[in-house]
Amino acid sequence: MHEMAVTQSMLEIVLRHARQAGGGRVSAIHLVVGQLSSIVDDSVAFYWDFVARGTPAEGARLVFRRVPARFGCQACGHEFAPAGDSWECPACASSQVRVKAGDEFFVESIEVDSAESLEPESTGG
Amino acid sequence: MPQRVPVVENILGANDRLADENRGRLDAARVLGLNLMASPGAGKTSLIEHTVRALSGRLRLAVIDGDIATSLDADRAAAAGATAIQINTGGECHLDAVMVRGALQQLDLPNLDLLIVENVGNLVCPASFRLGTHHSVLIASVPEGDDKPYKYPGMYRGVDVLLINKIDLLPYVEFDMARFRQGVEMLNPGVRTFAVSCRTGEGLPAWLSWVEAAVAERRRGAA
Repeated sequence: MHEMAVTQSMLEIVLRHARQAGGGRVSAIHLVVGQLSSIVDDSVAFYWDFVARGTPAEGARLVFRRVPARFGCQACGHEFAPAGDSWECPACASSQVRVKAGDEFFVESIEVDSAESLEPESTGG
Repeated sequence: MPQRVPVVENILGANDRLADENRGRLDAARVLGLNLMASPGAGKTSLIEHTVRALSGRLRLAVIDGDIATSLDADRAAAAGATAIQINTGGECHLDAVMVRGALQQLDLPNLDLLIVENVGNLVCPASFRLGTHHSVLIASVPEGDDKPYKYPGMYRGVDVLLINKIDLLPYVEFDMARFRQGVEMLNPGVRTFAVSCRTGEGLPAWLSWVEAAVAERRRGAA
């Protein structure tokens, strides 16, 4: 629901790192999104086209790496993916479980073309 | 040939930095900040009314009220005796650190003890945006159902205090308290929990004592 703000923040990070890398066009952005982070890929992609327009990151390909939720059992040490809304440990039925992974949300890396490629491609369209 | 540039930066980092600035302003003025979150209708404004009425004789209170369009909630907080600042989010589903910063500028912080920020009624988005307050407080309510921790794990994971409101309705609705608490315990082990009814007043004294103690600790800690 708040993917507009999220996408603007993402653009700021991407452009800053692209500048530090020499200022070329950004061709791809690799994102890590945990299953528990309540971020919708399609919605980010939708806003991305708007916020990136006219920047060196316009048209960049968004590559999402989804991290499934993983729980770890405190009682027996078993790690498992929660199924539905039953979060008990499937090995020992304990409910003493903790979230181990799944709430990530960050830019992992970007792919930047060499800076020269910006100049001849400035079609002004 | 594209160059792969490692980044590894949290996407909400900019908001987090602004939240840290807000925290600095509150700390400098020794004001305790609470971020109150819940779904619509869970009882945020009712809890604020009770809290303001009970504590306004002893503490100097302000409320920042996030609402999509109206000022109804801020009006209720003001009527109860707090300084109230309204933020209309213009359709945004959550408050963020920038909006709170604007509201802080309108408040006389050195002459306050407690600031309650009433977030927009929503169990998804507010969880992602730190505001700079000291504690995140979630109000769940019995009629919402015992499945909410399972359906909104992001929200239940991130809070410091949980109130279960409308416990006077427990005899009338299906709400398995053990199942609810088990979901909470998995996501947020040991989270401080108060079972209350804003209608009957049951359980509120424990909540109010906690608030007063947290305010006192803030004033001591920053002294």
